[in-house]
Amino acid sequence: MYIFSKIENNKNGDIMEKKLYQKLVMEHRPDEKRGQNAVIAFLIGGTVGVIGELLIEFYSYYLELSRADASIFMIITLIFLASLCTALGFFDKWVKFAKCGLIIPITGFAHSMTSAAIEYKKEGFVTGLGANMFKLAGTVILYGVVSAYIFGFIRLIVMGGA
Amino acid sequence: MTTKYNNVYIDDIATVVGPYEAKGPLKKRFDRYYEDMYFGTDSLESAEIKLMEDSINLVLQKTNKEKSDVDLFIAGDLQNQITSSTYNAGRLKRPFLGIYTACATNTEGLIIGANFLENKTCDNVLVSVSSHNMVAEKQFRNPTEYGGPKPNTATFTATGGASCLLTNKKRKVKIESSTIGSVEDYDQTNPMDMGAVMAPAAAVTINKHLSDLDRTIDDYDLILTGDLGFYGKSILIDFMKNEYGIDISKKYNDCGVMLYDLKEQKDVQAGGSGPVCSALVVYSDIIKKIEKGELKRVLYVATGALFNPSMVFQKENILSIAHAVSLESVQ
Repeated sequence: MYIFSKIENNKNGDIMEKKLYQKLVMEHRPDEKRGQNAVIAFLIGGTVGVIGELLIEFYSYYLELSRADASIFMIITLIFLASLCTALGFFDKWVKFAKCGLIIPITGFAHSMTSAAIEYKKEGFVTGLGANMFKLAGTVILYGVVSAYIFGFIRLIVMGGA
Repeated sequence: MTTKYNNVYIDDIATVVGPYEAKGPLKKRFDRYYEDMYFGTDSLESAEIKLMEDSINLVLQKTNKEKSDVDLFIAGDLQNQITSSTYNAGRLKRPFLGIYTACATNTEGLIIGANFLENKTCDNVLVSVSSHNMVAEKQFRNPTEYGGPKPNTATFTATGGASCLLTNKKRKVKIESSTIGSVEDYDQTNPMDMGAVMAPAAAVTINKHLSDLDRTIDDYDLILTGDLGFYGKSILIDFMKNEYGIDISKKYNDCGVMLYDLKEQKDVQAGGSGPVCSALVVYSDIIKKIEKGELKRVLYVATGALFNPSMVFQKENILSIAHAVSLESVQ
């Protein structure tokens, strides 16, 4: 037995007005703990910064490198550690806890590439890994280069390239 | 559209889940669970295929049926081109209908199957669904190992496979009627709040079902929605009260909330989702209660957010749908 419904809608074809519904949704939407998240991200992001600074000191003191060279060594070390932790499968759990504290520093950049690489490895080195590795990191690279160009330009004009 | 059935029964069901669901409150009621997310296969996609395959084999075993006894196989899942379903259909080699309405897929399958049985076109219809958390994350969101922070309203795609064999021979649980829902658009654009996307579709379908059959909420022992999650659940209660004057709060629950222990399993945020989420709860828990007669009649409304990541990035609205199936205890 088939019964075809005849239910009256309002003139838009909807039952409840969309604006009213949006109000209802907002009433039920829970508050995100933005303050708490920001503090956690600040502390953990700051700790990553401190570790980076210590690494620079370590490399420049023990390996007798210039500060610029030591920073490159520091970046390599952090990228390696973050990628290793992603590959071993526990970096995502730290990210969940640390919120943006581990995503914003260079560790997040390494993590985004490694996680995509692991995900698409099964689909082949060219069509999978190669094509998808920069899925998340590509944005950072593109806009990083563009903004570096713009700020470099401003610096050239304002400070005369100094 | 609402349809009444006279001879559509649930022969038996089978559920297979991943590790996270096995830690939830329904742990002991699943037929099988796995400790890791690959289930002995070497990719996540194959893992989901295996989940559905396991559930199909289990339900055939339980009912002493051969693959050749299945007259029609109806299946759906969340992967692109419903891969998990088509690969299983390839192994089963029986007439196959592939379906997709996201998380409402299970009730859609039951409704189609029920219609074939009611029209006496076939004797046994197998309805299967599956979903895999990591496959869904990869497809709809970020790589699985990325694990970026999510808001409290986000839901967690359940990992599992569920199969149900429908028959026209008399059994303890009957599919008594069904309502096919319409696609609703309530200007929702947040893919991290699917409860708000799907609640209107559920409300419209529940109301249609009740008014088409001239029934009230008192004719049901339980109203179950698919995967609205904790916040979607309270939106639906308010929506039904404000718009239709129906108070469902006393007889209503949501499968997404029932599948996990929301206090202990914080990763699931607002609750479970995915086509298999409602199937796991209904098959493992609710159907057994109906068999025993603890519940006389249950309205099972699976809700689906018809969500395409490209359309969300293009700032289009997320659409939703809900299909209802009424399950009844046969004495």
